[in-house]
Parts: sequence; C-alpha cells; structure tokens
Amino acid sequence: MEYFLELFLSGLTRGSIYALIALGYTMVYGIIQLINFAHGEIYMIGAFVALVVSGVLTIYGFSGVSILILAALIAIIYSAAYGYTLEKIAYRPLRNAPRLSALISAIGMSLFLQNYVLLAQTADYMPFPELVPEFAFMEPIAHIMGSAELVILITSAITMIGLTLLIKYTRIGKAMRATQQDMVMARLTGINVDRVISVTFIIGSVLAAIAGVLVGSYIGQINYFIGFMAGVKAFTAAVLGGIGNIPGAALGGLVLGLAEAMAAGYISSAYEDVFAFGVLVLILILRPSGLLGKAVKQKV
Amino acid sequence: MAENTQKLLEVRELTMDFGGLRAVDSITLEVCAGEIVALIGPNGAGKTTFFNCVTGIYKPTRGEILVHPPEQKTHKINGFKPNRVTAMGLARTFQNIRLFQNMTVLENVMIGRHCRTTTNILGAILRGKNTNRQERETIERSYELLEKVGLVHFADEFAKNLPYGAQRRLEIARAMATDPFLLLLDEPAAGMNPQETKDLDELIVRIKDTENISILLIEHDMKLVMNISERIYVMEYGKKIAHGSPQEIRSNPKVIEAYLGEGGGDA
Amino acid sequence: MAMISYLKSSLIAAVWFVFLTFPLMVVKVNTLKSTVEWRWMNMLWVAIGAFILSAVWRWAMERRARGSSQKESDDTDADKKPSIGHRLMADPKLYRPVLGLVIVLALLMPWVSEMYQVTIWVFALIYVVLGLGLNITVGLAGLLDLGYVAFFGVGAYTYAILNTRFGLDFWICLPIGGLTGALVGVLLGFPILRLRGDYLAIVTLGFGSIAKIVYENWEGVFNGAKGIEKIARPGFFGVEMDISAATTFTYYLMLVMVVFTIFVTNRLKDSRIGRAWMALREDEIACVAMGVDMAKTKLGAYALGAFWAGLVGVIFASQTTYINPASFDFMLSAIVLSMVVLGGMGSIVGVVIAALVLNLLPEYLRAFEDYRMLVFGAVMVLMMLFRPQGLVSNVRKTYTHSKKVHAEEANG
Repeated sequence: MEYFLELFLSGLTRGSIYALIALGYTMVYGIIQLINFAHGEIYMIGAFVALVVSGVLTIYGFSGVSILILAALIAIIYSAAYGYTLEKIAYRPLRNAPRLSALISAIGMSLFLQNYVLLAQTADYMPFPELVPEFAFMEPIAHIMGSAELVILITSAITMIGLTLLIKYTRIGKAMRATQQDMVMARLTGINVDRVISVTFIIGSVLAAIAGVLVGSYIGQINYFIGFMAGVKAFTAAVLGGIGNIPGAALGGLVLGLAEAMAAGYISSAYEDVFAFGVLVLILILRPSGLLGKAVKQKV
Repeated sequence: MAENTQKLLEVRELTMDFGGLRAVDSITLEVCAGEIVALIGPNGAGKTTFFNCVTGIYKPTRGEILVHPPEQKTHKINGFKPNRVTAMGLARTFQNIRLFQNMTVLENVMIGRHCRTTTNILGAILRGKNTNRQERETIERSYELLEKVGLVHFADEFAKNLPYGAQRRLEIARAMATDPFLLLLDEPAAGMNPQETKDLDELIVRIKDTENISILLIEHDMKLVMNISERIYVMEYGKKIAHGSPQEIRSNPKVIEAYLGEGGGDA
Repeated sequence: MAMISYLKSSLIAAVWFVFLTFPLMVVKVNTLKSTVEWRWMNMLWVAIGAFILSAVWRWAMERRARGSSQKESDDTDADKKPSIGHRLMADPKLYRPVLGLVIVLALLMPWVSEMYQVTIWVFALIYVVLGLGLNITVGLAGLLDLGYVAFFGVGAYTYAILNTRFGLDFWICLPIGGLTGALVGVLLGFPILRLRGDYLAIVTLGFGSIAKIVYENWEGVFNGAKGIEKIARPGFFGVEMDISAATTFTYYLMLVMVVFTIFVTNRLKDSRIGRAWMALREDEIACVAMGVDMAKTKLGAYALGAFWAGLVGVIFASQTTYINPASFDFMLSAIVLSMVVLGGMGSIVGVVIAALVLNLLPEYLRAFEDYRMLVFGAVMVLMMLFRPQGLVSNVRKTYTHSKKVHAEEANG
C-alpha cells in the first residue's frame, strides 16, 4: 500500500509538471491551430535561466528562499520574453500560410533554440541547485513524499487555479476565449488579435518556466535536450485531454503522469518513454479529440 | 416519369442524424435514365448532406440507397466509400469548388480516369506497352472532355489560375472523366453571371443528350432549374415537402412558403 | 527618413536581443568551482548581429509583403515566367554538358581524393537517397512523416542482425532490407490512414521515437545501447577488399543507387499513381470522390518511401560496420525532412541539391561544424518565411496529344 501511495504521489507530481507545460501547448493550439514545437525549449530555457541566476546569486553570497524567488521570477520573465519573440519572428508572419509551413518553422525554431543553448552554455548536464528547502514537517512522511514534491503539487495547483480564474473572469481571458472561437469575429469586435495571441504565448511560457524551475530543482540536473522529451510528453498530455481544452490539458497531464508512474513502478522503468509515446499514438488513432474534447466534423 | 424508363438511383427513406440533429429526414427520391432531376430548397435544408450520403462521405443513419447501373445488377451502396461509389458510376461536383489547385487543368481531368485505369506502381516504373497505352488513352480522353466543356486552351494552366466559371466547368469535366452514368452536381451555377449560367444550362443538357449521362443537381438559380429539369424535389429542414414537374412546383403553396418571398422565379 | 526609422528599430532590436540572450550568452556559471564567467564579447557580437540582422529582416519582410500583394493582382505572370533554374533544366543544349561534367567528376572522384573524402561523399549520397525516398511520402503524397528514421533503422538493423547472427551476405540482405522497410512502412501506415497534417506528424514522430527506444532496450534482438558491431562490408565477387577499396566500392554503389532512385522516382512522379498522390495531397476528399482508393494509394506512398530508407539503411550499416540506436534519432528525421522541404516538395533536382548542400557544406566548412544544427534550424524557418516553395518550385508536366498535334499541323 505504501508503495502504491508513493507511486501515486510521484505520478501526481510528474503529472503536474506535464500539466503546466501542456497548458502552453493547448492554449496555443486552441487559438492558432499550431503545434508549438519549440514550447519544450521555452521550458528548458526557463530552467537554464534559473540555474544561471541561482548560480550567480549563490556565488555573490545570497542564500535561502531569496535565491528561489529571484531565480524563479527572472526565469519567468525570460521565458515570457522568449515566447513572445518566438511568436513574433517565426509564427506571426506565417499566420496565413499553409499549416505545413508553420509546423516546419516551429520544428526549425525548436532545433535552433536547442542548439543555441547548447552552444551558449554546454552540452553537458549542468547540476541544478536544490532551491526548494526541506520542510521539517514533512519528515514523518518523507519516504512517501518529499518536500520538493509537495512544493510542486501546491505550486502547480495554485498556478492552474490562477489560470482558470484569469481565463474566466478577466477581460483578457474573455478576449482569449473569443479569439479561440472565431478569430475573424473577434477582430471585428475590436479585439486586438495580435496582442491576444502574444499574451497566450506569454502565459504559456510563464507556466513552462515555473515547470522548468520546479523540475530542475527536483531532478537536480538539466541539459539542453530536456525540452524535447518533456515537450513530447506534455503534448501527449494535451492531446490526451483534448487539444485546445484547458481543463483537458490539466487532466491529461495528471492522467499521463499517474499512468507513467504506475507503469514504471509495476512493470518496467526502461520502457517508460515508450509508454508515453504509445499513449500518444493510440489516442491520436483511436480518439483524436481526447478525453474532454469534442469531435469536429469537417464540412464538405 | 414514364413507367418503362429504367431507374438509375433509388433512395428510400434516407435519414441522416448528427447526434441530436436530423439533417436528412426520410427522403425518398429517384432518378431515371435520360433525366435531369433537380433538388432545391432553402439554405440548410440538407441538400448537400443528402448528396454526401449518396456519394459515401457519410453513412446514413437509416434508409437505403440503391443504384441500378445500366446492364448490371442492383447494388445497395449505403456506407460504401466514396471511391467505390464513383467506380459504380456516380460522380459528383462540390458546392465549394474542390479542384487540385497546384495541378494543371488537364491533370485534374486525368485524375478522373484513375478508377477506369489499372496501371500500378510496377507498371509505372517499367513503362510496358500496356502502361503506355493506358497513359495515352487517358491523355486523349481528358483532352476530349476539356473540348466538351470548352477548356482546351487552358489545358496546361494551373487549376488555381482559372477564372471562376471555368473552374466550375473543370469540375464537371473531371467528374465526367470517371465515366459515370449519373452526375450529381452541387450548385454548379453558384456565383455565375447570367451569360455563364446560360452556357452552363446548355452544357448540362448537352451532357444529358450526347453523353448518356443522367443528372441530379442541387441549385438555387430558379431560372436554370425551371429551364432544364424534368422533375424537381423540394427539401426543407431535411424533409421532402414537394415533388413534381417545374409547373407543379412553381405553383405549390408549400414551396412558395418555404422560400418566403423568393416565389417561383429568380433571376 | 526611412533610414532613421530603420536605425531606430534596429537599435531597439539590438537592445532587446542583448537583454534576451544575456543570461545564456554572457553568463557562464561553474558550480563546481563556484565561479562566474562574464563573456562581454558575446554581448557585443549579439548587439552588432542583432542590429544588422534586424535591418535586413525588416527589409526582407517589407519585400515579402509587397511581393504577396503583387501576386494577387498579376497572378499568371509570376507563374508563366520560368526561373533561370527551370530554363537551365529545360534546354538540352545547356544541361547536357553540365550533366556530363557532373558525371565525369563523380566517377573520377575516388581516384583523386583520399578515403576520408570518399567517406564523406558516401554519407552525403546516403542522405540524398533518404531525401528522395521521403520526397515520395512527403513531397508527392503530402504525408508529413516525422519518423522516417524508423525505416532507416529497420534496414540497418535487419542487415546487422542477419549478417552477424546468420551470416547472410550483403547482397542478399540489400533487397531484404528494402522490403522489410517497405513492410514496416505499410504496417505503420495502416493505423494512421485517417490522420492528417499536425496529428499525422506527431504520430509518426512517436513511431520514430518508439523505434529508437525499442532498439535501446530490447537487448535480446538489438543488443540494446551497445549496438551491433563487426558488420560485414559489401563484397565484390568474393574479392577481399581493404577499407579504402571497400569504401570506394560503396561509393560507386551509392552512385548507382542514387541514379536508380532518381530514375524510379521520376517515373513514379509522371504516372497514374504519381498523379493520384499529388491529388491526394491537394484535396483528399475530392480525390477520393473522383475514384482514388485512399488506403491503397497512401500505403503505396508509405511503402515506397520506406523502401528506400530500408535499402540505404543496409548500406549505411555496411559502411560504418557498427550501428547503435543513437544514430537513429529524431534529429535525422528532422534533417531529412528539411532537405525535402528546402529542396521543394516533390522536386527531385531540388531535393538532391538540398541534400548535397546541407550535408557537404558542414563537412567542408569544418570551422562551423558546431553550428550545423543551429543553421539547419534557422534555414528551415527562413525558407518557410521567404521561399516556402523550396529551391525548385513546382513545374507541372505538359502533355502532348494527337488532337493538339493535328491542330498544329492544320494551322501550321
């Protein structure tokens, strides 16, 4: 039973991370029907920036929670900036081009960003400082769940609740929903569609940055390639929940995380990645609309 | 409808549901050899959905679609894939033109010959006598069809560069290339000016007379419909509300009400 | 005044990119030694580079916007006038001598270069064939396959296993590799027939990645991450060849393979099935409505594309004599895809040129090797923005037929 609980919480933790990244994918796809291949790289960049900042701060004598907060904040700002720039350069000019062009551009940007970080920093695995302190009150259940996991779960939950509130109750949230439903109409009602799309990318990037900081701190090391794997898995989660559907992305993330943890724990950990890919392939073949999505019939 | 003319298409109680929405409701319809039959009705009546059911794009929820190819036995084609339906002898055009934009006009028509030729991958690589013969025949036949619709001079032009009226005619030529015995035209005159419509009018009749192809067409242009159709079916909200000759339909109060103000004549 | 506007926007861009790249380009943290390296030179480079590039970018964007608005007004002219490239290809007097020269150079190359050079060319030619194979699936039929590397791996592992474990000869394994690739192509293609566009891309990406993971973990069959070694080189009537001779032999084999591939692809392109693929790509619904069997046609495209990959997979294994899963990752699929896209989807000449350029340039510009993938990525984006039709754009075949000839005879 304890083993199960441990796996369950571990799965929930992973799932939260997938959910945070998946939200970025799903929001962008919902609004401009593009798979932002480079989104994983935004997550990776967030982690790297956090690493650099925390490294500098540590060397200059800061310590404790201040590092965590500053690193996270700066990582968020930078990821947002990268996301914004990415959209402006590689996607906006292609908004009216065939979908294949935008997809290829996205793949190109993904390659570019990966190698940019590789060249600017290093190909090696960089050790990531443990930014999240160990809480004393977690001591008794430390064998099931650690402090880091608790922080991840709570942070993710707060973030997702915040996002839901934003989408539901703010003006910009309404504008996002309107643009997702019908871009032309949204424009005609005076919504600045370009700005809405930029904001969508920025929000997605912020979430990815948070995930990056959390994961880096949890795993203890990062490298330029983590964006790819995390990106594919998060995308799987988004599709699983129904691409374009925000609660779906969260649900998909949790389901995928749990399933992966259970499979790794009870079957075999070597084939963990296959599992995610397998889920992805099966979903797209059997039920492309995902768990919460609606099947869209094409008008002939 | 003479009793001794052969029925080509027989649709019985066709119903199409999309979840809770009933787009087509128990439609019964026939097309006989040598006829031009029209299917009219206000927008959203379910006419294109009906076409899509007949041609295999949708599988009908209920009902039967029977085709009686000339000199062959009857087939029930519910749920057949569109390419099978076409191979049976029913070809269609689309309401929103669906040409192969980045291929030439001639090639668009040549695609229509696909289901009437058999060259496979090996044949394409080896280019034996049979392959070359089929290829030549395909090219010849396609040129002939372009002549028939008056598009020969556009043969090597990209389909996307054609003027609108020519694009519609190209769709018809392409459909004809499949050697159908029944042509289903979905709003062939949409967007055409009066002169183009008149030419189309003559073309359709010519097809019926000289090619031995019967026609079932969806149209909004009442002048065209009244001019060339022998029988007309009227649909509204998925149901058949009237059926008869042009004169009968013109004065049918239910039809007039359905169109609400358009009356029986439209230019 | 336009100049000042350009200067202003370039300045803003430079500042923005300096800000953006600061933590990664300028700062380098060494946590082991607890030191920070501040690379201020990088900041200068970024500033200058961003300044210049932003001006170029803006100019290019404006040109692009003008180009597209012009296109809407005078459509036909742009298509009618063939580019220099097309005119070169069409005129026999021009292209025959060029082609002849290329052939002579290609044949003589191994005798005037070191083995190292020949090896580079062997790999470049392997990429050419991969590009041509994927060109069938993606370029002609429009099926976006991001997992092409899977078939390449299938071919390589088929030979590796059959050779090291069952002692089968290279020449027997060559067709087996191709056919196995084609078979896997059909098997994987079957469940994804109804998928399109983005979803198809992602699923095929998944297939490719699953293949690699299976190679890495299924020790029994594939020997896992250790790979398979001591794979035999191709033999020539039982004659023993040293590395240099074998490499040269493989080079000529690849030349034959490239010619073969071009020949077959060309024939397929101008055929009933080639047209069906293109129509399927243009508008699947209309294509099926015109009588084309979607399943058979698509599976044919997958099978044929996979066949070439399997074939050169065998040759690849025989050349390197050692394979491991690391060679068969997503990067390779991405590279081959970029070759097809950059060459011009469906264009044989374009893909060959793109493949050669993308593979040989990094080799000959060794100094820039590290930047290879970076440049790939950038080129992919830039091509999509400024020349989406690829190096060689789509030229459709014009057909001659008897009526036309008679009409001309009657008139002339």
